[in-house]
Amino acid sequence: MSDPTTLGIADALRLLADGEISAVELTRAHIERMEAGRALNAFITETPDLALAQAKESDTRRTRGEEGRLDGIPLGIKDLFCTEGVQTSAASAILKGFVPPYESTVTANLKAAGTVMLGKLNLDEFAMGSANVTSHFGPVENPWKRRSDKNAKLVPGGSSGGSAAAVASGLCMGATGTDTGGSIRQPASFCGIVGIKPTYGRCSRFGVVAFASSLDQPGPMARSVEDCALLLGAMAGHDSKDSTSAPMAVPDFTKALGGSVKGLKVGIPTEYRPDGLNAEVAAIWDRGVEWLKEAGAEPVSISLPATRYALPAYYIIAPAECSSNLARYDGVRFGLRVEGATLDDLYRETRAAGFGAEVRRRILIGTYVLSAGYYDAYYNKAQKVRRLIADDFARAFQNVDVILTPTAPSAAFGIGEKSDDPVTMWLNDIFTIPASLAGLPGLSLPAGLNQDGLPLGLQLIGRPFDEETVFRVAAAMEKAADFTAKPDLFAAGGA
Amino acid sequence: MTYLIEGETGEWELVIGLEVHAQVVSNAKLFSGAATRFGAEPNSQVSFIDAGFPGMLPVINRVCVEQAVRTGLGLKAKINLTSVFARKNYFYADLPQGYQISQYEQPIVGNGTLTIDLADGTSKVIGIERLHLEQDAGKSMHDQHPTRSYIDLNRSGVALMEIVSKPDLRSPEEAGAYIAKLRSILRYLGTCDGNMQEGSLRCDANVSVRPKGSDELRTRCEIKNVNSIRFVQQAIEYEARRHVEVYESGGTIDQETRLFDSSKGETRSMRSKEHAHDYRYFPDPDLLPLVLDPAMVEEIGRSLPELPDEKKDRFVHEYGLSAYDAGVLVAEQASADFFETVAKGRDSKLAANWVMGDFFGALNATGRTVEDPPVSAADLGALIDLIKDGTLSGRLAKDVFALMLETGKAPAVLVEEKGLRQVTDTSAIEAAIDQVMAANPDKVAEIKGGKDKLMGWFVGQVMKATQGKANPAMVNELLANKMKD
Amino acid sequence: MSLDRTTVRAIANLARIAVPDEDLDHLAGELSNILTFVEDLSSADTDGIEPMSSVAAMSLPMRDDVVTDGGYADKVLANAPGGATEGFFTVPKVVE
Ligand SMILES: [Mg+2]
Ligand SMILES: [Zn+2]
Repeated sequence: MSDPTTLGIADALRLLADGEISAVELTRAHIERMEAGRALNAFITETPDLALAQAKESDTRRTRGEEGRLDGIPLGIKDLFCTEGVQTSAASAILKGFVPPYESTVTANLKAAGTVMLGKLNLDEFAMGSANVTSHFGPVENPWKRRSDKNAKLVPGGSSGGSAAAVASGLCMGATGTDTGGSIRQPASFCGIVGIKPTYGRCSRFGVVAFASSLDQPGPMARSVEDCALLLGAMAGHDSKDSTSAPMAVPDFTKALGGSVKGLKVGIPTEYRPDGLNAEVAAIWDRGVEWLKEAGAEPVSISLPATRYALPAYYIIAPAECSSNLARYDGVRFGLRVEGATLDDLYRETRAAGFGAEVRRRILIGTYVLSAGYYDAYYNKAQKVRRLIADDFARAFQNVDVILTPTAPSAAFGIGEKSDDPVTMWLNDIFTIPASLAGLPGLSLPAGLNQDGLPLGLQLIGRPFDEETVFRVAAAMEKAADFTAKPDLFAAGGA
Repeated sequence: MTYLIEGETGEWELVIGLEVHAQVVSNAKLFSGAATRFGAEPNSQVSFIDAGFPGMLPVINRVCVEQAVRTGLGLKAKINLTSVFARKNYFYADLPQGYQISQYEQPIVGNGTLTIDLADGTSKVIGIERLHLEQDAGKSMHDQHPTRSYIDLNRSGVALMEIVSKPDLRSPEEAGAYIAKLRSILRYLGTCDGNMQEGSLRCDANVSVRPKGSDELRTRCEIKNVNSIRFVQQAIEYEARRHVEVYESGGTIDQETRLFDSSKGETRSMRSKEHAHDYRYFPDPDLLPLVLDPAMVEEIGRSLPELPDEKKDRFVHEYGLSAYDAGVLVAEQASADFFETVAKGRDSKLAANWVMGDFFGALNATGRTVEDPPVSAADLGALIDLIKDGTLSGRLAKDVFALMLETGKAPAVLVEEKGLRQVTDTSAIEAAIDQVMAANPDKVAEIKGGKDKLMGWFVGQVMKATQGKANPAMVNELLANKMKD
Repeated sequence: MSLDRTTVRAIANLARIAVPDEDLDHLAGELSNILTFVEDLSSADTDGIEPMSSVAAMSLPMRDDVVTDGGYADKVLANAPGGATEGFFTVPKVVE
């Protein structure tokens, strides 16, 4: 049998079912891989003992015929999901040492499906970033290398950079991510894997450290469309503990795979091809359109005119919500405390020491745009623009079934590049943010490599709660793309 | 009568608005499943949601929403079928999330009215601006430790209704009457227990003054969290006088939050809230707009009890009580019910006198409540029956009532046991009269000579001779006849 | 839009984040850049558009009034920095 860390989840489940491999063997192989891959800094906390204990239980369940649908599959969990008894840091100094006495709904769902937790994955601090360089625990390295410069360390994208890097390099079979403005899709694109941000409300936010509540959405990251469909099926579902959770049944997403895309109308938004769009990104987008045409789908040019306002609207709404959501990190009940002579000193010093520069910036911007006299000009205006953006999509979806765009404006860049100007960094999410604002499902899948050997992803955006069409089209594109390249670091077969 | 403050430069009128925070009667908190019981061990009624832990999300309690609607209907107010929860952002040690979930631009209840009853028998309608639902904060304790404040989050997340009046109140008396009436309505509705000592009902008073006859609105000060009606009145009076003094000495009033120090009877600036707040309200993205089913609102409307104003009207018309007596009896639903049980099929004025006189007196004396009375309504009714059928004189009835309090026995039993039956036997009374007259021939002569005032003395002597059991009316009549002889 | 030092200091105070005086200018520059970036919004025509605070096309779900949570002071206090005192969280004494 091949190296278990190169297996897909569906294949592993078949092998587990056939008794060809045990959950303990599968987990042990991944623990070794996780240890060998420490240079990537993908994990903040490794939980090998817990993982082996869970794997043993999984094997027991399987012998009793009581296995869950993902029983024995070793996963990494973004360190934004609260995990009972295991430190949850949000990659921030302010939560260092915080051990939640409770479990997020998504990770509880995954546990109930029988999955094994290998550890907690690195991310941008409080999920704020697009390069995984803002983590208090240091940057994550992308396992992919430029052909032209094998020494340059590249970013994995962010904020779910640890998840993307770990999945791409086989440290785990799949991972949870969260996506507020592109935090699943953009790192998936940078690391050559598949990731889906489901429709807002599809996965519960309960127990997920909040960044921007009206945008945050958990989702899976894995090496294939099928694996993502399997994971999402286990993660999703209505949760009465989250008032914004949709009371919708969860379909078997894998059933959507392999279906024909013949006759499907695929929207190609003109606004996503601005002057100066990276030529390789544009080319791979065109190639994606061709694949779909060949499969019988019909590309339709559409217009989403409010697109240009998406980024500014996002960078008002998300910081505004974050400024309020992060007020609870005050040194009183958990996490870091820097003592002060007065309560206000304690707050000010704790929060200055506990939050990194990007988080502080966003809190300050959010505080400003909500403050007296500015609310209407900024926050209220952004909320109105948000409706324009959502209306654009709604109009487009009257004529098309799915929308195809690039995921990110570039391939992975070097650690340290683009970090002096926050606004430049924010442009990474230019193609993912509109769907976030509209709450729509968006999936990124690897479509090919650029000339320097780095993966480029394409994004499929679907109607609300129509992840099935997104998966169906993604599976067709995955087949056409036949993306088999592996990162240099941890290329298939071992370190 | 207008309440005015006599200043050196003239008379000043008060403009008062009240914000009452009323704790909603519910088992669990507004957005979490933790209990709301008063007086529990510190931090024992706290969920991770109430403590603002990472990833925790609010889910609203249906009963709290219904209670707000019920209260709104009781205040004859507009129920807003769509309302929105907003975050009020500020940092404080007992505010774990760093924001209070409240309602801002779109409250669940809009304009309503409340009628207050004043001592001179008049009533006045006070406007209600709004009622909104919000979370309570935790409790900071500053006197447990020399250098630390202690934080107990048991209250954190408990549902409050903030009920805001229009600035229609003009005197401390009106403010007191407003709180009393509001408390009474809330208790009738069962939406707030009204317990001011336990903090279930807290009052913020917005006070300003203006020269008599002016209609300007001057700078107001907000006196926070006063926890008794008397203190609210004292605080308003103190604050209004302070404003007058400042204005008359050429100064200006700063808009600020003040604290009432009940031991000194003064208000003072709150240091911790000195710097201006900027609450950065925005719709809570963890919650969606609250949309009420009109059928639910109608259903609640149908289930409202008879409220104090209606009940008072009915008592005046049905039982012929004075407005004042009716007002006293309806203030608490339990007193009104007690009265109605006593009055049913009986002389209602006599019943009102007994309930408001001896019975309320007995409550005071024994420290008991109408809900747990020292004499049951049935027994008090039976006592009144014994008066009506002549078994007891009013005087004897008071003795029997005292024995009822003492022994808990029914009045008929006590009458038998103690032989307290009124003497109505003419010959027995005449015998007693003859005896008294015979012993006091000089006084008899004086009466016969025209000194009528002495009649009372004779009645008293006869009553004494019969151990108080003689029917006083008969004693009067027979004595008068004898004196004519 | 450009922010001055005083405004940045005021915002930082509202947000309870200590900012050393020597960092104010740099921070003012960064925040001003961001505000300039988002200012593009003002050119969007939003007349008659209702602000959208949630994409969830539903109204607020409600739960029953049942005690289902709490009763674990130990867990609530377990992460308290420096530990809890007599069952309380503590902070530097506040003078009201
Ligand atoms: Mg108020
Ligand atoms: Zn309030």
